[in-house]
Amino acid sequence: MQFTIEVGRYNPEGTYAPSASAPQEFPVPWDKAPPRRYQTYTVDLPEHAVVLDALIEIREYQDESLAVRCACRSAICGSCAMWINGHAHLACKSKLQAFTKDGKTRVESPPSMPVIRDLVWGMEPFWKKHHAVTPWLEPKQPVPGPREEYRVANAAMDNLVQEVSCINCGCCLMDCESFAINDNFLGPHALAKAYRYAADPRDATEKQRLGSYSGNGGIWDCTHCYECVQQCPKGVAPLEQILKLRKMAVDAGFTNNAGTRHADAFAESVRESGRLNELTLMPKSTGFFNIVGQLQTLPSAINMLRAGKLPPIVHHKIPGVQRIKTIFQRIGGRFKK
Amino acid sequence: MIFDHDVLVIGAGLAGMRSALEAARNGADVAILSKVHPVRSHSNAAQGGINAALGEGDSWESHAFDTVKGSDYLADQDAVELMCEEAPADVIEFEHMGVVFYRDDEGKLGTRAFGGASQARTYFVGDITGQALLMTLYDQILKAGVKVYEEWFATSLYTEDGACRGAVGLESITGELHLLRAKAVVDAAGGCGRLYEPSTNALICTGDGYALAYRAGAPLMDMEMVQYHPTTLAGSGFLMTEAARGEGAYLLNANGDRFMKAYAPNKMELASRDVVSRAEATEIAQGRGVDGNVLLDVRHLGRDVILKKLPQIHEVALDYIGIDMIKEPVPVRPGMHYMMGGVKTDVQGATSVPGLYAAGEVACVSVHGGNRLGANSLLDTIVFGRRSGKAAAAYVRSIERARGGSALLRSEQERLGALLARPYKGETHAKVRLDLATMMDKYVGVYRDEAGLQTALDELKTLRRRYEEVAVGDKGRVFNQALQFVLELGYLLDIGETVIRSALLRKESRGAQSRTDYPERNDAEWLKHILLTRDSSREPRVSYLPVTITRWKPEVRTY
Repeated sequence: MQFTIEVGRYNPEGTYAPSASAPQEFPVPWDKAPPRRYQTYTVDLPEHAVVLDALIEIREYQDESLAVRCACRSAICGSCAMWINGHAHLACKSKLQAFTKDGKTRVESPPSMPVIRDLVWGMEPFWKKHHAVTPWLEPKQPVPGPREEYRVANAAMDNLVQEVSCINCGCCLMDCESFAINDNFLGPHALAKAYRYAADPRDATEKQRLGSYSGNGGIWDCTHCYECVQQCPKGVAPLEQILKLRKMAVDAGFTNNAGTRHADAFAESVRESGRLNELTLMPKSTGFFNIVGQLQTLPSAINMLRAGKLPPIVHHKIPGVQRIKTIFQRIGGRFKK
Repeated sequence: MIFDHDVLVIGAGLAGMRSALEAARNGADVAILSKVHPVRSHSNAAQGGINAALGEGDSWESHAFDTVKGSDYLADQDAVELMCEEAPADVIEFEHMGVVFYRDDEGKLGTRAFGGASQARTYFVGDITGQALLMTLYDQILKAGVKVYEEWFATSLYTEDGACRGAVGLESITGELHLLRAKAVVDAAGGCGRLYEPSTNALICTGDGYALAYRAGAPLMDMEMVQYHPTTLAGSGFLMTEAARGEGAYLLNANGDRFMKAYAPNKMELASRDVVSRAEATEIAQGRGVDGNVLLDVRHLGRDVILKKLPQIHEVALDYIGIDMIKEPVPVRPGMHYMMGGVKTDVQGATSVPGLYAAGEVACVSVHGGNRLGANSLLDTIVFGRRSGKAAAAYVRSIERARGGSALLRSEQERLGALLARPYKGETHAKVRLDLATMMDKYVGVYRDEAGLQTALDELKTLRRRYEEVAVGDKGRVFNQALQFVLELGYLLDIGETVIRSALLRKESRGAQSRTDYPERNDAEWLKHILLTRDSSREPRVSYLPVTITRWKPEVRTY
């Protein structure tokens, strides 16, 4: 079967084939990424072939200058994450047929990451974040003897296997919407890893971990866009791990942060009025006595006012709000009041 | 540039990182050179588990006997005893580091059965055991602050006065060559699956460590012992873990019979890998195969067991051949998987070249002999990784820092420059590699004979001539993968020659070496290791070493 592949090429030494397109830039928020030149190849492969088969075929028999990382070819090593038709995927797990759009498949390095050459991109942002969550066990004392394991329930280990299935491919981070505009965000994979250690019954530092993950750039900077859940090729579902961390952190008393205040304000507004009071949500999340923080939100408020997007000054309750309150009571927990 | 360290480890799989961690713990300034990021290493692909005699009623002696029997009595029994005796503490250490091993009802480590073992002693994390160990170990070297020269490719070892004192590394991202000087080098560069097509191995398994050590004067031992895994996926050759059979999977022929009853009536599907691979090859050759495969059937295990304990192979079968193992059996065949042979070392990982150590698949201690048991390879990497790191750290205490090496750096720059300048005449690394690997599978696979091996040797000579004409199809500096592939192919050709020559020399059938012209094991003449030492001007020098027998006299091997 014939497949057409359009490869976004980048070469810091400036060498391109004459058939490559003119440089093309990326749209905001990736407009700082170096432009790519697109080169089209045609390959003849079996119908069940994956994108990586095509790239290897090109590199081996058509154009040895095409740079692409790959090793296992079976979604175990995590080397071949890239943008395929504008989203993060493993090339070895993406069927060409499913990814052929308008007669071709477009592949390129993600513009959200530093590009090295062609489909090879720099993983420093990924590993820096990984390193930042203290990604190792701080063993609970006393450590059992040299022939003795920690006694823990299989369910407790099983609970961590979802994260342990992570192959560090970077798909989640490269398409993370929060990371796209905030370099400082620890990101989905690192926070999933953070959960893996914080929830490990053999770790002695759960409390310190939860404290540090609750700070700026931590668990509350995720915007719930679900890109990481959708793009993860191994079912790690980083957002779900982040939500578990939030619950652990709040339960451990790490509530003096915008994230918890935001959740509380949100719940309170719905509980008391049956709807969201957007006017008070922002100041409550920021903290009433946080004067600097309040001032920092002013420009946004002014912009909203200009655009006619400011919420109504008077906030009305919905009819039958008592029934909403009952739901809160039934669910119990932090938000029932 | 020139960089200096006490210990340089080449390779960042389980053996390499375990070695580096131990060297660092013993006070050495250690650095790792790896051609890929550590977590991309092929240890990742080990699915089923790791063996240790930890359970009640089990003993390291039993584990050692199974290993020796599995090896067809070619393993050195002192080394096997040591590995099996130390296994429990090494596995427990990984548990203490945080590996999320499967537990039994009491919260203790739980086991699964594996091939060739008299007891269930395989510890595991689903079917991603290698990945779980590798990631945990990577995080440990981060914690220890070990320096990693990541995406650097070793082009040559540096020797000074006959001792190994570092390596020349090609930094992929800049295309620059550097000299990494060290007082000792640990070669943990992994296997050479790319020598065969198909193979379960990753594209990065190009035998760099075998060739680097061989070219530096270290002998390669038992190279004819090439393991074919009985269950590799039809077509792509991807690994379908032995854990499937450990959990109770059947192997069926075209008639729907569990054919293993004719070959290993007691252990059935859980006989040693060489035995099962030969049985499959025979079934296929005698017309009872299904399009050149047999069938792996797990349907009777039920959906829950398959999804909980074998999720990865379920996913692989679904993704790459479109078969849902819950509903259908999956076609499999024997495929090249592992090298029992390698750089000859002692139990400290020391080779015959002073300052050069080796560990993991690239090394031959020998604990696997003629056939490795499933779940003994992860064990080998962590036991001998640790031992080599400790020995290297002790060795460097009395060694002065090397001062030379710039001449080697210059000559390597010239060699690579000439390679890049070579004009294109029609030969490419991909064509020559594929012809080499297909040829190896045809003549040096599950069954071998004199005529086929002689043909293989002749063809190898032709491939070498073609290799001299291979041009590098990329002239750039940054991430020039073509240049690296050409260098890797040179390594594979060297290794291929040692495999063929050793297989020709061994005129018997033992373990993975199955000679149709010498179908019996011949202990009187061949209970010995074959060693090949490189001689740049002529054929490799052949020598032999007796097998160390401590307590188990060779017996007839049945399962």
